[in-house]
Amino acid sequence: MFHKKTLATITISAALAATSFSASAETEMVVVSWGGAYTNSQQKAYHEPYMAENSDIKIINDDSAAEAVAKLRAMNEAGNVTWSLVDAVASDAIRLCDEGLAEEIDFDTVLAAAPDGTPATEDFGELIVSDCFIPQIVYSTTFGYRTDLVGDNPPASIADVFDLEKIPGKRALEKRPIGNLEWALLADGVPVEEVYDTLETEEGLDRAFAKLDTIKDQVIWWEKGAQTPQLLADGEVVMGSTYNGRLFSVIEEEKQPIAMMWDWQVFDLDGWIVPKGAPHMEEVMKYLKFATDTQRLADQAKYISYGPARASSAPMVGQHADLGIDMAPHMPTNPENAKNTLLYNYEWWADNRDDLDERFQAWLAQ
Amino acid sequence: MDNNSSGDAVKNAFVQFKDVQKSYDGEVLVVKGLNLDIAKGEFLTMLGPSGSGKSTCLMMLAGFEMPTHGEILLGGKSITNIAPHHRGIGMVFQNYALFPHMTIFENLAFPLEVRKMSSDQIKEKVSKALDMVRMGGFESRRPGQLSGGQAQRIAVARALVFEPELILMDEPLGALDKQLREQMQYEIKHIHESLGVTVVYVTHDQSEALTMSDRVAVFNDGIIQQLATPEVLYEEPKNAFVAQFIGENNKLEGKIKSQLENNLCEVELAGDQVVTALNVQNREVGAETSMSIRPERVVLNPQENQVDNMASGKIVESIYLGDHLRLNVRAFGEQEFVMKVPNATEHSSLVEGTDVGVGWRSEDCRALDPFIPI
Amino acid sequence: MSTAEALVTADGTPLKVSLARATRRSKIRALMLVVPLFVFILITFFIPIGDMLLRSFQNELVGDILPKTVKALENWDESSGELPDETVFTAMAEDFKVAAENKTIGKVGLRLNYEKSGFSSLFRKSGRRAKKLEPPYKEAFLEIDKKWNDLEYWRIFKRESAKFTKSYYLAALDVGYDEAGNIAMKPEEKQIYLNLFLRTLKLSLLITALCIILAYPVSYLLSTLPANKSNLLLILVLLPFWTSLLVRTTSWIALLQQEGVLNDLFVWLGIVSDDGRLAMIHNQTGTIIAMTHILLPFMILPLYSVMKTIPPSYMRAARSLGATPLTAFVRVYMPNTVAGIGAGSILVFILAIGYYITPALVGGTEGTLISNLIAYHLSTSLNWGLAAALGTILLGLVLFLYLMYDKIVGIDNMKLG
Repeated sequence: MFHKKTLATITISAALAATSFSASAETEMVVVSWGGAYTNSQQKAYHEPYMAENSDIKIINDDSAAEAVAKLRAMNEAGNVTWSLVDAVASDAIRLCDEGLAEEIDFDTVLAAAPDGTPATEDFGELIVSDCFIPQIVYSTTFGYRTDLVGDNPPASIADVFDLEKIPGKRALEKRPIGNLEWALLADGVPVEEVYDTLETEEGLDRAFAKLDTIKDQVIWWEKGAQTPQLLADGEVVMGSTYNGRLFSVIEEEKQPIAMMWDWQVFDLDGWIVPKGAPHMEEVMKYLKFATDTQRLADQAKYISYGPARASSAPMVGQHADLGIDMAPHMPTNPENAKNTLLYNYEWWADNRDDLDERFQAWLAQ
Repeated sequence: MDNNSSGDAVKNAFVQFKDVQKSYDGEVLVVKGLNLDIAKGEFLTMLGPSGSGKSTCLMMLAGFEMPTHGEILLGGKSITNIAPHHRGIGMVFQNYALFPHMTIFENLAFPLEVRKMSSDQIKEKVSKALDMVRMGGFESRRPGQLSGGQAQRIAVARALVFEPELILMDEPLGALDKQLREQMQYEIKHIHESLGVTVVYVTHDQSEALTMSDRVAVFNDGIIQQLATPEVLYEEPKNAFVAQFIGENNKLEGKIKSQLENNLCEVELAGDQVVTALNVQNREVGAETSMSIRPERVVLNPQENQVDNMASGKIVESIYLGDHLRLNVRAFGEQEFVMKVPNATEHSSLVEGTDVGVGWRSEDCRALDPFIPI
Repeated sequence: MSTAEALVTADGTPLKVSLARATRRSKIRALMLVVPLFVFILITFFIPIGDMLLRSFQNELVGDILPKTVKALENWDESSGELPDETVFTAMAEDFKVAAENKTIGKVGLRLNYEKSGFSSLFRKSGRRAKKLEPPYKEAFLEIDKKWNDLEYWRIFKRESAKFTKSYYLAALDVGYDEAGNIAMKPEEKQIYLNLFLRTLKLSLLITALCIILAYPVSYLLSTLPANKSNLLLILVLLPFWTSLLVRTTSWIALLQQEGVLNDLFVWLGIVSDDGRLAMIHNQTGTIIAMTHILLPFMILPLYSVMKTIPPSYMRAARSLGATPLTAFVRVYMPNTVAGIGAGSILVFILAIGYYITPALVGGTEGTLISNLIAYHLSTSLNWGLAAALGTILLGLVLFLYLMYDKIVGIDNMKLG
């Protein structure tokens, strides 16, 4: 008797819960991003204003962008895509697009035009590197150095990174060939417009690896963006490459004796892709129109020092929301910082990444 | 109680405990001032309930425990500071302690190998030792493949193979079933006799002690209660503990009323009855006493002049045991007697509730110290 | 045997039938008890491993997406030294049009790009223009990209259009195809995996040995202490299990880095000079230290449980038989702990061989293990076929070592506790 009664109670309460649940009729959108300060900036600049306007939408943050490509492929194979929107770097976005794992976007229909009426495709310009990828920010991989450890001789150019005599001590570099090979050639005196042509040849590759060889035993290779700021703060390295936003927080927020070295910063893009077969496609597109408009992209820069991807957003970049300092000088796109910049050749890397990754790993293991 | 008076003095003692005391925690003495001489070639058993200190004495002799005070001598020399492996004492353990990863041959060869004997010598000695315990042919087996009795034989052989003059056995038959245990008792006894080694044997089984030993030291509470031959121990227990611990015993509690001739005394029981007994401990008039009478010395329905003490009682319980009947008789009020009656046709009427008379001779009833339950 | 057949129960049913009926219930009961675990293992273990094995040689992608081209290519003789003829290009144009429509052409490009750089852009580019292709298709394709003129691309295209491929396994063993299409060792600057397998084995063995050396005395102490003290010590031993791996690893970094606590201490004590601070992390030393620490409990626990069962009388017996403490320990005690050493070693070794988080964080480049590369191919390069092949080889290696162990020590000698 008791069991029957309990069972009945459970059934009834479950039914009640179900009805009350469906009554709220919220649409839950799972948005995948990088976590930490970055997700926070998106939460403040995009998610919160959007949810304030659309009370029926609930955005749930998922911080697994680092594994997004592998997970998306696994979800796709299993036929159960649960993510509505994924934040990805451009090279991954290109790959997802190639694999058919991301929706193609009709930019001018889906995205808002600039306030002056410039269509989205023109406003984003050459930053649209894939049919599936909506750029949000321009970030750069650049160098930070310990001001107290380099003495009167701070690094001023990419060549100094490879100059152990001028600046002795350990360096932190990312554990992948992308960026490092370009820097090696630039430091070795190859003009920027010839970098990828040089890498195309066997001799050019040897030249790049030979240049890296000169500092190999002084390099700590990082895999996560947080490692370099930590290594710098601990004094484990005198300089190291990382994302400029990470350096901004360690310099301006944590007030560590660290400074930026912008020479030949490598631009990269980060933005949205919509997974193929994503749930709530219609709501996602509405959200995208809002979250990638000129004002929202400019707003994000209040919370993190990455440059907005729209040309029309640049003049609207203001002050940091908490620190109250002008963000413009900290933007990688700021003319003062952007004297020498390199934008990845995505197409070239898409072709050569597998091969060079392998060679790079072998070179590391030697 | 004075330990020096217990047991016979041994001339040219082989093993000597001199004022040995042992405490593990610095608060309680496990062994309280032990003095014990063991003659060469003797089979001495340390008997006692668990916790009586007997095993500790054995471990001190083997060298695995250090005496807290006193000295142990072997062949006249102090061994207190000699490491166990230099003492040359063979030992048989309760769980046999055969090395499971070695064959029987390797087990027996082990003490010879560490003595750096040649392999020919080792082979010869091992096979001799195995023959002695009738285990020839088991060389290549492993201990796990042996039965309990076989393992015990091997353990004995291993303790003997390097020809020690002294063998210690720590409850070696405890794990065997009754029949096997009795058989092994005789075998060990025979080996002892044929080799003439000195054996110090520890057990809590009194019948085992009586069967095998030249002398038995009864331990209780860290003290030797009595050290004597098995016969003396049984017939003439010196105190209530020994009387109760060795063999079956009837005890009667009472108070010494008066001293008589021939070391006899009158004892007043709880129910005002008075009986006579042998005042073994020369206890004073008025002292509490516990009297001990062996069941087989109690006479059923005795004649007037056959016994000195008589009482009437009632059979409470009668157990048929084949060759004899075991009767439980209530007499002297609440006191119960156990008695053994040979199985004979005229005793078929001894059933529960029958009124009977019981009696005994004064010399068979020993008035001892009051009994304190263990 | 006839007597056995003749046996029947009182009512005439054969004894065996009757017995089977009587025991059926208990058999079904036993089976029911095992079913949940069996299903769990099937779903979480055997199916994924089977899937992994399949992925390491399955290769249906090219044939599925470009079926006509693959069929047409069958007639092409790759040793002829000539490009495929117009029929192949025609088939390809049709396939590409369909594949471009379905957005699947990029997949093939990525797949073939594992074999040779350039396929990715070649297929993406050709796919984009597939709609506008007009016959003669050969010229049209050559106009899009001159790589279509390169015989090597065609040879690889044909080779990898087969249903099964061995290219993942070859790559996992640092073997590849040379320009003429023959199997050959890769040039030295591209060899990775063999060295890493070797290093993984060496480091795992070293870590196992270190664990034995460190765990043995501790386990001995544990087994000889009274219960209340040994429980406390056991908790200390198990403490590492209670903290998250990342927290522990991070504390290793703080402790071992050049400006870290340990180096500061050494400098303060004057053991090393300020310039000569020891590099104990981001290298093999870091991997060894951290992994030994993490895996130590897996050695201590089986050792402890085995040592606890060794009666103290063994050592006493050996001593009484004339052995010095050392001899007694080496010849009597240690052989009886072999079961524990074996069990602990297998646990530690197998765990070590598959570890990847710790080496990735503290191992630098020389402390990287094969599992790091597997993880890399799973999550970054997305070359799941190669990851599966590496995983399968690793699995084979572990099984092989396990069998060797069984042969030498005997697996039934192992006590896990």
